[in-house]
Amino acid sequence: MSIVVEKLTKLYGAQKALNEISFEVKPGDVLGFLGPNGAGKSTTMKILTCYIPQSSGTATVCGFDVIKNPIEVRRQIGYLPELNPLYTDMFVKEYLLFSAEVQGLGKLANTRVEEMIERVGLTVERKKKIGQLSKGYKQRVGLAQAMLHNPKVLILDEPTSGLDPNQVGEMRDLIKEIGKDKTVLLSTHIMQEVEAMCNRVVIINKGKIVANDKIEKLQQHLSADILVTVEFKNEIKESLIRNIAGVTDVKQKGKRYLVRSKQDVREQLSQLASSQNWVLLSMQVEEESLENVFQQLTR
Amino acid sequence: MYSILKKEIRSFLSSLIAYVVMIVFLVAIGLFMWVLPEYNVFDMGYANMDTLFSMAPMVFIFLISAITMRSFSEEKKSGTIEIITTKPLSDMQIIMGKYIAGVVLVIFSILPTLIYFYTIYQLGATKGNMDIGATWGSYLGLLLLASCFVAIGIFSSAITDNQIVSFIVSMFLCYCFYSIFDLLANFNLLGSYDSVVAALGINAHYISISRGVIDSRDLVYFFSFITAFIWGTKTVFSARKW
Repeated sequence: MSIVVEKLTKLYGAQKALNEISFEVKPGDVLGFLGPNGAGKSTTMKILTCYIPQSSGTATVCGFDVIKNPIEVRRQIGYLPELNPLYTDMFVKEYLLFSAEVQGLGKLANTRVEEMIERVGLTVERKKKIGQLSKGYKQRVGLAQAMLHNPKVLILDEPTSGLDPNQVGEMRDLIKEIGKDKTVLLSTHIMQEVEAMCNRVVIINKGKIVANDKIEKLQQHLSADILVTVEFKNEIKESLIRNIAGVTDVKQKGKRYLVRSKQDVREQLSQLASSQNWVLLSMQVEEESLENVFQQLTR
Repeated sequence: MYSILKKEIRSFLSSLIAYVVMIVFLVAIGLFMWVLPEYNVFDMGYANMDTLFSMAPMVFIFLISAITMRSFSEEKKSGTIEIITTKPLSDMQIIMGKYIAGVVLVIFSILPTLIYFYTIYQLGATKGNMDIGATWGSYLGLLLLASCFVAIGIFSSAITDNQIVSFIVSMFLCYCFYSIFDLLANFNLLGSYDSVVAALGINAHYISISRGVIDSRDLVYFFSFITAFIWGTKTVFSARKW
């Protein structure tokens, strides 16, 4: 196991930021750590990187305990903190060389830094000061810094927050590629991110884990209901749709109706429409996205 | 520790702090020694460097506080503290790296004053008529005093994420430890214990070592002083974990 967290609790004063959470991450997993703001994602990551200690419970990274063996834990991980703090008055290469040196790469430092600069696509910007870079490039510097020493575990706290859509895309591709041969724990509050990058997801809310599963399973598990959006030309009588067997809920949005049902009711819907002479414009089965799952679980 | 030290020195050099500190120190001390009436060597008429050694501590109170004010507070404010504390470095390595960087910068600003030493040595009524032992002693004293100030500065920087607060606290503490015990002793409140009060301050030991006699009591004082503040810094720095 790359990361084992057991009954981890963190108190800030009387407030419980984390309440006995337990989860494990297998080598090679890309685990999405999902939750609304203030759910305890960053706190968990800060404990795993030995920045702050837990109040109780244990956490180990690659078999090393975060309290008993913090230096060894830090050797195993690469960490990109939230908001990606950087020394803005240092040059890109200078900063990466410093990080490499701190990680004890010694003579390897220079070649590793060159490799990383190329891998994260910083070649053009390598001679600039970090303060002059755009946010996307800064994020790459942060990522390069985290991966310099080829860590077994990467911990990325909201790696795509604040980036423009193109940069988000590039960042996701980069992380996906890295995730092929590393254990990655990344936090986010954006659902699509998890769907795009991760193979497992832990959803956390108010310091407690509310879901911990493979992504497909989570989707299946929660999408026992089928959602169909039907659009008519004119407004129709909602109650008639409700009368169809299996329909549990209908929501009206203008001339669109979101029909929730136990089984597929598209056939009955179209029959109903023709019998009532309603003009049916479109009908679509909605896949239950993680977004819905998330909202259901963290409500 | 070495990598932190290197990084700090590079940041002194790239942020102009190093140059400003050196230039201000040398200009201020140079003015007092050679130009300003009453203080300058020619008016004093003695082939010694007393002006330098009596002015330097005052100048250092400002300059060293300015050098060290950012060392931890800036890292805290910008969040980079989270970067270095999650690297495989112990708290002590980080603190010592920053501390030694400060001391190195001070050494480099004192070094050019050796030219003054040489000049005065040449200017003596008979060449070389100068108390060389006392001068070297004073240099050592100044270095130790500056090391104490750096320790105070690093500590002040660790207690806050605001550079201005750190600067002011550092100046205040430096001044207090430098001369307040002397002043207290002058009140004659405690009779024969006044010398003990005076011995708590840096100045008494600075003057003592300036005579050119390296007394183990003074060395013990300076090293305990530095250790105490480094330890204080470590305590404050580790307090994030409480």
